[in-house]
Amino acid sequence: MNGFKLLLIAMLFVVAGCASKKGTTTGDGADGMGAGGDGTSSYGTSLDGDGSASALNDPQKAALMNDNVIYFAYDSAEIDGPSLEIIKRHGSYLASNPNARVRLEGHTDERGSREYNIGLGERRAVSVQSVLMVQGAMADQLVVVSFGEERPAVLGSDESAYSQNRRVEIVYDN
Amino acid sequence: MNSIRPRSLLLFLLLGLSPLVRAELTIEITKGEGNAVPIAVVPFGWEGTGAVPYDVSSVVASDLGRTGRFKPVPERDMLQKPTSPAEINFQNWRMIDTEVIVIGQVRQQPGGKNLIEFRVFDVFRGEQLLGYQVTSDTAGMRRAAHRISDLIFEKLTGIRGVASTQIVYVAVFGDRLKPTYKLIVADADGENARVLLESRQPIMSPAWSPDGRKLAYVSFENGQSQVFVQELRTGARRRVSARMGVNSAPVWSPDGQKLALTLSKGDGNLDIYVLELNSQVLTRLTNWSSIETEPSWSADGKSLYFTSDRSGGPQIYRIANTGGSPVRVTFEGNYNARPRVSPDGSKIAVVHNDRGNYRIAIVDVGRSYTQVITEGSQDESPAFAPNGEMLIYASTMGGRGVLSTVSADGRFEQRLATAEGEIREPAWGPFAND
Repeated sequence: MNGFKLLLIAMLFVVAGCASKKGTTTGDGADGMGAGGDGTSSYGTSLDGDGSASALNDPQKAALMNDNVIYFAYDSAEIDGPSLEIIKRHGSYLASNPNARVRLEGHTDERGSREYNIGLGERRAVSVQSVLMVQGAMADQLVVVSFGEERPAVLGSDESAYSQNRRVEIVYDN
Repeated sequence: MNSIRPRSLLLFLLLGLSPLVRAELTIEITKGEGNAVPIAVVPFGWEGTGAVPYDVSSVVASDLGRTGRFKPVPERDMLQKPTSPAEINFQNWRMIDTEVIVIGQVRQQPGGKNLIEFRVFDVFRGEQLLGYQVTSDTAGMRRAAHRISDLIFEKLTGIRGVASTQIVYVAVFGDRLKPTYKLIVADADGENARVLLESRQPIMSPAWSPDGRKLAYVSFENGQSQVFVQELRTGARRRVSARMGVNSAPVWSPDGQKLALTLSKGDGNLDIYVLELNSQVLTRLTNWSSIETEPSWSADGKSLYFTSDRSGGPQIYRIANTGGSPVRVTFEGNYNARPRVSPDGSKIAVVHNDRGNYRIAIVDVGRSYTQVITEGSQDESPAFAPNGEMLIYASTMGGRGVLSTVSADGRFEQRLATAEGEIREPAWGPFAND
């Protein structure tokens, strides 16, 4: 308990000394925050792929862009038969259009821990990536991004919402 | 604003001059502790011109109430309001079962300073337990009040208080499908909230440096997850990991020199790495084909706990900080994730699937014993207070994200919510060093 007493005595002085400093520290914090906020407000780059301009001239791509979401079962990255057909069509297109680029955005439902869900989203996106590559897409055409549960497609806490959120979106760059 | 006083165990703390009007946090005690010690914090006296510059005593009463170990006596139940020892009639306080009484005075000093004098008495013995004077300018009064709360708490319990600490969390505002994300630091009572970062892309996983001066976090501002370190005081930020694929789940080593984090390096497989911050040297700790993520350093820094689903579902493992063979730590239930080590290293808090509900559980590392301490359906992101007494975690209320604190034994709980938007991913800062 001696250490405890020492601390208390020290605190008497420290509190007195720093309490006045605190006032300015708060001010500094507010300034720093302003700088941080300003410095980053412009970072909000849109991740929404917008290939509409080129898609207008490319009916095949336009059709693919309308059929670009692959859904998954709970805690699973397995691709079912119908989804496999969708991915194959994208893969064939990418193989015959080597300049086309896609981002594979992996998502999960909101349940469970956020960082673990980043892992699940990554695993789903990578399983789509491997099918695309089997179809002839090249690695440099594909970028994998996992958003985990951070970007739900629909809101809600029921199985209907969950099943629409467990997905990989195949998003074309221009 | 400062005149608002707790009327009962239901406390509403409103932010005063915060720039974050919509981020006002309200605190509500949702589960009480039956054994809380009745403590009377009598309104402090004021000797000076004009109105009292700050209601120190009500901040102290709120702070002590939020520890769960004390139950502040409502002002209306006080039979007397002494401000000096000679005025105390202990019999009056015994009659209303008060066990501890705190009295004090604020005296205006030359030069805009205030002298806060407070004394703590054991009502049954009629003895003074503690007595101090603290000097503060008007701007520092609230912080001084938190210091006083911590001094009183430590004197009465032997445990260091956390009223002077800070929390960080992620707030989400606006259209819920295309929201604005804010990284916010606030005092432990939710006041004094300030925005460190604002983005239209997700912000995740804030983590305090051990000295409380910096935060590491994940931001998607460049289109993928990347890890940043930001200084609180200056706002200066540095991108420390932007490798291909996932860059996520940063946590500081106890010595503050390294970050453990999760990388996929573009191969789709998450593994745990340690990044030396000064040299940028990266060391791989795990190398499995399953998901390895959510590292958390042991208290001594010699090992790390993490989540892995190599056994099928997520479970907690421990590995030496140099790598090698991991040891499985959790065996109860099919889902244990996001470990956080208690300050004394004896326990880990995890997200545990409890018959379909995601709840916070405490795992006794030595005995592998799991105790579920929360009652929600989507509780996540637990973090220990630096004294190990309480945890803060994310939960939901009416489908909206809120924060809660819970005592480590699960008996005392309170909720922190905003009027708008959602708040989540809290992390509790270290003890204040100053």
